[in-house]
Amino acid sequence: MDLIEGHAPLAPSDDIPVLDIDPYDEAVLADPFPYYAQLREAGPVVFIPRYEVLAVGRYEETKATFSDHENFVSSRGIGFNDFKLEKPWRPPSIILEADPPDHTKTRRVMSKALSPKVVRGLMDDFRSTAEEVVDGLLERSEIEGVVDLAEAFPTRVFPRAVGMRDVHARHLVDYGAIVFNAVGPDNALRRAAMARAPEVSAWINAACARDRLTGEGLGALLYEAADAGEITAEEAAMLVRSFLSAGVDTTVTGIGNALWCFSQNPGQWEALKADPSLARPAFEEVLRVTSPVHTFLRTANVDTEIAGHPVPESAKVLCVLGAANMDPDKWGDPEAFRIDRRPVGHMAFGAGIHGCVGQNIARGELEALLTVMADKVARIEPAGEAVWRPNNAIRALDRLPLKLIPK
Amino acid sequence: MKVTYIQPDGSEQTVEAKPGDSVMQAAIAANVPGIVAECGGSMACATCHVYVDDAWASRTGTRSESEEDMLDCAMSEMKASSRLSCQLRLTDEMDGLTVHIPEEQF
Repeated sequence: MDLIEGHAPLAPSDDIPVLDIDPYDEAVLADPFPYYAQLREAGPVVFIPRYEVLAVGRYEETKATFSDHENFVSSRGIGFNDFKLEKPWRPPSIILEADPPDHTKTRRVMSKALSPKVVRGLMDDFRSTAEEVVDGLLERSEIEGVVDLAEAFPTRVFPRAVGMRDVHARHLVDYGAIVFNAVGPDNALRRAAMARAPEVSAWINAACARDRLTGEGLGALLYEAADAGEITAEEAAMLVRSFLSAGVDTTVTGIGNALWCFSQNPGQWEALKADPSLARPAFEEVLRVTSPVHTFLRTANVDTEIAGHPVPESAKVLCVLGAANMDPDKWGDPEAFRIDRRPVGHMAFGAGIHGCVGQNIARGELEALLTVMADKVARIEPAGEAVWRPNNAIRALDRLPLKLIPK
Repeated sequence: MKVTYIQPDGSEQTVEAKPGDSVMQAAIAANVPGIVAECGGSMACATCHVYVDDAWASRTGTRSESEEDMLDCAMSEMKASSRLSCQLRLTDEMDGLTVHIPEEQF
């Protein structure tokens, strides 16, 4: 069989509307909101001829498809490649790219390692590091928000939380970006990522070994689970790798996007300063409005359906989380950034059994940073044009020139 | 139907709900403090933890293994009456259900 983008060709049912666009065009990735609206308006599920895939972007169908792990599996890859038909570029993740019952076992170990109790123990370090980083920036007239803050904070606290002896901030951030570009089609972004992958992956894999970790951090918790027989030592190393692929670039993106939201909505920064207990709900709203993970795919593992339309086995389905998070039928006024919205049920961390297992630690990092900033920063002002960095799965800033005005 | 939420300080709030809702959804719809539910019902955050009132224990079913794993990760102590309220679906027999909200969720 000739594969299309590493998956089986798809002849969709006639009743499925066709949306003839390239969602991975760099201009669309830079400003995806018109595409999100087109996708939602076209129907509950659409066919994208360029890649021979289906796509969902309305809230209800996106949530239903993304969380239906029985019909729409992850073990065949969450990108365009169907792992059943084509060898993946790296050994598949044993949590992200796995189904029950294998997934259940690894998920349990990861949930415990990233539990609210564990995160509580990390908060003092998150707060004191946030103070150091922010104090340093307040002495400067202008900052580049991505490098100076969005990357600086997680690359200091997260490797320490994991217990890494080796820290290479650039590789840590770039590994996530590579993994996320790899889930896209065979475009320039993916090819550039694949070209860098050998060097960065080799560093990452070496850094996950037990002797490269302290006995204190989250990594040690995974190796202790291996000692207890819950997983193997090789699986523990694979799950440390998951911390690094899913826990750095994503949080960097979340922080950058938060700074962007507040720089664009000064009234909401005033609201946060007036009530810093809104730091956590504010982050939820940042996630909803900016969807740091904009799209992951699922693969139909049986002949099934979406909203009554037939979906054959092997069909790849784009689950456009960013579109679901902007669905007016769900959110009423989705364009408005309101830090007290409390958008419970947003799709930025996914939903169902594959919902982001690290979401508690992400919230802890953002709570610490936003709370410290609300205490010290009077205003966050743009100091030049914000530039988005196209990525096949992540919507992140490339440059964010800012002025932080001290209180 | 109605559900009553009792805060750690003893204050009570009774809200309207309908069969099929989760105890978490009923709380979020009525802005009940202490049901944070950050993950939206995916059993990924353990911030919608409640203790089912003893009088209702026989009518709220049992916890799944994965719910139990997550409760074990929750900030406040897991007890025999602990449930994730996102996993507690309301049925007609549960009209008047009372749950207690723990001290801390995160």
